[in-house]
Amino acid sequence: MNDYIIPLCYLAAGGLFIVGLKGITQPKTARRGLRAAELGMLLAIVGTLLHKEIVDFKWIILAFVVGSTIGALMAVFVPMTAMPQRIALSHAFGALAAGLVGTAEYYNHQPEIGAFTMTAITLEVLLGFLTFTGSLMAFGKLHEILPGRPQVYRGQNVVNLGTLVLAVGAGVWLITDPSRTFLFPVIAVLAAAFGVMLIIPIGGADMPTVISLLNSYAGLSSVAMGFALDNKALIIAGALDGSAGFLLSVIMCKAMNRSFTNVLFGAFGQVDVTASAGGVIEERPVRSASTEEAAMLLETARSVIIVPGYGLAVAQAQHRIRELADALTRNGAEVRFAIHPVAGRMPGHMNVLLAEADVPYDQILDMDEINADFAQTDIALVVGANDVTNPAARTNKDSPIYGMPILDVESARTVMVVKRGMKAGFAGVENELYYQEKTLMIFGDAKKVAEGLVHDLEATVSA
Amino acid sequence: MSTAIESGLYVFLLASFVGFEVIRRVPPLFHTPLMSLTNAVAGISLVGSLVIAGSDQGAVSTILGTVAVTASTINVVGGFLITDRMLKMFRPRDAAPKAGAPKGGAAGGASAWDWLLARFRKNAATGTVQEAGR
Repeated sequence: MNDYIIPLCYLAAGGLFIVGLKGITQPKTARRGLRAAELGMLLAIVGTLLHKEIVDFKWIILAFVVGSTIGALMAVFVPMTAMPQRIALSHAFGALAAGLVGTAEYYNHQPEIGAFTMTAITLEVLLGFLTFTGSLMAFGKLHEILPGRPQVYRGQNVVNLGTLVLAVGAGVWLITDPSRTFLFPVIAVLAAAFGVMLIIPIGGADMPTVISLLNSYAGLSSVAMGFALDNKALIIAGALDGSAGFLLSVIMCKAMNRSFTNVLFGAFGQVDVTASAGGVIEERPVRSASTEEAAMLLETARSVIIVPGYGLAVAQAQHRIRELADALTRNGAEVRFAIHPVAGRMPGHMNVLLAEADVPYDQILDMDEINADFAQTDIALVVGANDVTNPAARTNKDSPIYGMPILDVESARTVMVVKRGMKAGFAGVENELYYQEKTLMIFGDAKKVAEGLVHDLEATVSA
Repeated sequence: MSTAIESGLYVFLLASFVGFEVIRRVPPLFHTPLMSLTNAVAGISLVGSLVIAGSDQGAVSTILGTVAVTASTINVVGGFLITDRMLKMFRPRDAAPKAGAPKGGAAGGASAWDWLLARFRKNAATGTVQEAGR
């Protein structure tokens, strides 16, 4: 009987996962999709618990209780601004599970393991442990336990590549003869070391790509587990996870006009350390304004586009910015938000923050949807975004960000930039936008400035 | 090549294509919920972990399995709950503003707790993953 129920559970689970992902392609069906995926997971778990190999339930129950408690607490108490860290951490958990299952599979069955299964187990362990440590590193950088700046040293790429080659080599050697048990810990340790070394040279603003890539690796380790255990539900779920991560990282790379190799091995963002230390800081005049002056301009504006960036997340200014948008709307202006694909520290970071602050999603537009509208806009208000607005990406062939698609804020009649100081952005490039005649700099913390703008705007309107 | 391997490879190939085609249509608006949903789905490693934790093949195997089940359960429960919390925040312009949305600063403990209570009340009938898991 169970011989039929179990495979059918897995089959239904695989189908429901696809239905779930399909749901999330549209706002209206998103939560229904989520329900479908939840049901799929439930079926997969029930199906697995029916397996006759499972004879002892006490550890399973303990792990369920502990895991559910931690998971639920995290889900409830993690603030939306900390979402990138949480995502990185959950990649780590998923990958750890895959690595540990692979390890147990190997020791339970060696040396009688077929070449195919052994290959699957090796891949599972390699990907599992490298994603585990890599995701922990990403978590550390995002949570600012570790320095966010890329850490580089001479010959880094050679050392990294060497470690990977050694790990794969050991893997191949083990596949040819699974009885060489001493190789197994070597593979695990090398993979874990490679995971750490892979993330060390990657800077904070490249995190959207890296998180997506780690998502993809975690999915592929599930696929490998599926092959090792001959379980199709695992293969389907892993393939979906893997393709989601891969697609997102491709989108992120395109949005920066950079290749995978450049993101992973380019140590981007390192440049500005040397450039600013070199003393080529030239003093050029910028126009700065107080919040009162800015509020007077905003009061006359009929159309405003707000461009949020990572600075908004750092200052936790999303609620204040929404209040500002509301105040402008009450004053009769059309207010919209323009989001660059790589704004923030993970794909879609800004959208989630603005949604949290209760900004309707049809007021939030992607770069392609809104770029043409800047020319008919009175004021573009840039809050905590830098490189994604830099016209040098279009005009200056020598700039490191040349060719990156940017938000066309300089076409707006007036540009206001809320920024803490004149420091260069992640790419270490001066932003030409700040020196243009139509640009007004409002220096200060994004949250305080937004508060000030709301206050002064209301004062101006009532006066 | 055995049939199991062959069919596994077919499943992988087709699932990857389906995955690409479906996920390509996810708007940037939902990229973060997409990631957290795929995280939850990646908790499917439970399938492997459960068998290891419960099949009584020695202490080491059981410990590895138990840790793996814990890690996967965190992803499943946490992933689905947080995706739901996120998706609930998205609303179109004409819809009424959500009640109880945190209005100032970071979400306080009280509002998060209200949210959890509301969710469990609403879903008591359908049952959530973690209840069924026990």
